Amino acid sequence: MSEMRQITYRQALNEALAEELERDPSVFLMGEEVAEYNGAYKVSQGLLERFGPKRIIDTPISENGFAGLGVGAAMVGLRPIIEFMTFSFSLVAFDQVVNNAPNMLTMSGGQFNIPITFRGPNGPAHQLGATHSHATECLYANVPGLKVCTPATPRDAKGLLKTAVRDNNPVLVLESELLYSSKGLIEPAETELLIPLGQAEVKREGADVTIVCYAQTVPLALAAAEQLEDEDISAEVLDLRSIKPLDERAIYDSVAKTHRVVIVEQDRPFCGVGAEVCYRIQKNIFDELDAAIARVSQEDVPIPYNERLERAVLPNADKLIAAVKKVCYA
Amino acid sequence: MPAAEQRDEVEMLWLMLLIRRFEERASQQYQAQKIGGFCHLYIGQEAVVTGAVAATRFDDYVITAYRDHAHALARGTSANACMAELFGKDTGCSRGLGGSMHFFDKEHHMYGGHAIVGAHVPLACGLAFACKYRNEDRVTLCFFGDGAINQGAFHEALNLAALFKLPVIFICENNLFAMGTSVERSTSLKQIIDRAEGYDIPGCVVDGMNFRHVRDTLSEVVASIRKDPHPAFVEARTYRYRGHSMSDPASYRTKEQLEKYRLDDPITRLRAQLTREGKLTNEKFDELDKEAKRIALEAVKFAEESEEPPLEKLYDYTYANGAVKAAPSLPKNNSAAEKKAAAAS
Repeated sequence: MSEMRQITYRQALNEALAEELERDPSVFLMGEEVAEYNGAYKVSQGLLERFGPKRIIDTPISENGFAGLGVGAAMVGLRPIIEFMTFSFSLVAFDQVVNNAPNMLTMSGGQFNIPITFRGPNGPAHQLGATHSHATECLYANVPGLKVCTPATPRDAKGLLKTAVRDNNPVLVLESELLYSSKGLIEPAETELLIPLGQAEVKREGADVTIVCYAQTVPLALAAAEQLEDEDISAEVLDLRSIKPLDERAIYDSVAKTHRVVIVEQDRPFCGVGAEVCYRIQKNIFDELDAAIARVSQEDVPIPYNERLERAVLPNADKLIAAVKKVCYA
Repeated sequence: MPAAEQRDEVEMLWLMLLIRRFEERASQQYQAQKIGGFCHLYIGQEAVVTGAVAATRFDDYVITAYRDHAHALARGTSANACMAELFGKDTGCSRGLGGSMHFFDKEHHMYGGHAIVGAHVPLACGLAFACKYRNEDRVTLCFFGDGAINQGAFHEALNLAALFKLPVIFICENNLFAMGTSVERSTSLKQIIDRAEGYDIPGCVVDGMNFRHVRDTLSEVVASIRKDPHPAFVEARTYRYRGHSMSDPASYRTKEQLEKYRLDDPITRLRAQLTREGKLTNEKFDELDKEAKRIALEAVKFAEESEEPPLEKLYDYTYANGAVKAAPSLPKNNSAAEKKAAAAS
């Protein structure tokens, strides 16, 4: 077996894009600054040079327009990859992502599926202020017809993006600005890496408590688990990887082992992803629980610019550790 | 020879009659509460879609807003499938899942039926983009009302179409009212056609009550686009005889205005032109009209007798290639109940 290698999350996404563009001529990449600028976060670096302006397409700042163009092209069988410079800007295209892409198959009585991928960074980054810090997963996971995934590692980023491009439905690949430069192990470049949507992964095994996490909260949970180890609490870190479809089996299997759960999410508390996960656990395996489920999420306020206040709003290791101790009665 | 010459005018007159008689029946059925939701009638505007379709090929793309019954019929969707859709039946053109505002027919290149004002204009760019991407010479006809021209999506789409030189014709069916708001009360420009100039898109105005004018103008535009892909804008000045939707008494306009347009009726006009030229007799017209009425009535019967979409298919169209199951999967071999059972034994 070939050696695993270490690459960045950004490179992993770039490889996924290049491989899918190479494999299927109906795939194209469109968005702001994706071509000549090589991507606002350099995810599409070198793709214009390799695939040309017909398939790597710069757009004006018109999210509704180019997202809608992608949906229309998908109606007749092209497979657009639409990059939002950040998912905070996808809100300008909300009507296309929420109303047109996922409704078309039902509204047309099954005639038009929309094989489109919307991708870009999502969630709070660092001091970007309220308008640029939206975690949109709970908004989009709420919509029937959409699929939503949230890769946390380079390997997951590549494998999930490739799967998303091949899916016959609208899929949102919610990346993380804070993770673009993070590194991780991944199979050799020549390996076809596809990770199914709706498959969570245990990123760290543990016996005392399950930490359910995704996206930016995965490294946070792993760091917290390290610290908890010193205090003799063995935490299992379960990375959802996909929000929709949700891998309920993996959640229940882990909870049946640990009997205690903390959900750490990057979005807001009210109607957030954790609320749904929490509901399903208590509904389906209530008897497995030895303690009430705890959630760590954002504070329910628009995200402030000030660094100290921003830190207070977002989930962090201290908050997570405190929540774990609470559910473990430690 | 342009495609326009190939479509027989008597046949197109017949199509206008079919659209009108179909909608008159739909109106009646709506009042009888056989049709739910909203229902927007096209009566009065028939020359626009008929003229445009006569200027294009069967494999060109058509996309429109929610006043869409005529566009599906003009593309060749059967009256039965259209009426069944209004009745919410499984035999409808969208299997009863779309309704009046969401008619789709892939086989006839009818891409909807879109009910958020202006939101389908970017989709039209996508259809045209795909044609250009695949080096096809199809043209996309994108219909919308005068209300759409003040939506952001419309402006973004026009800019993209001009920038990418997309083979799409934006056809504004200006019936003077966006629901109950007149163009003067909604639009800063005196002339809608001037919107096109702002995006460097060639534009023209057609008499939307005159089939021949619509067809002939569109034929020229289509020929130019097939030669060299680019967007175009056509403002079709027209009028709807009925309210915005079935529930609208249209008290915002005068009887005189309505009467003025009725005198300019597109069906009456084409009939007169053809009769004058010896291409149509009164007997033939009566025969066509009788046939249109028969088909519309038969469509009602077909819709009534059709089955509802089966309940068990509720989840079938949410995702392509199989549903994401809504029912949660329970953990295997470690449920609390099983454990308790094991402990008790």
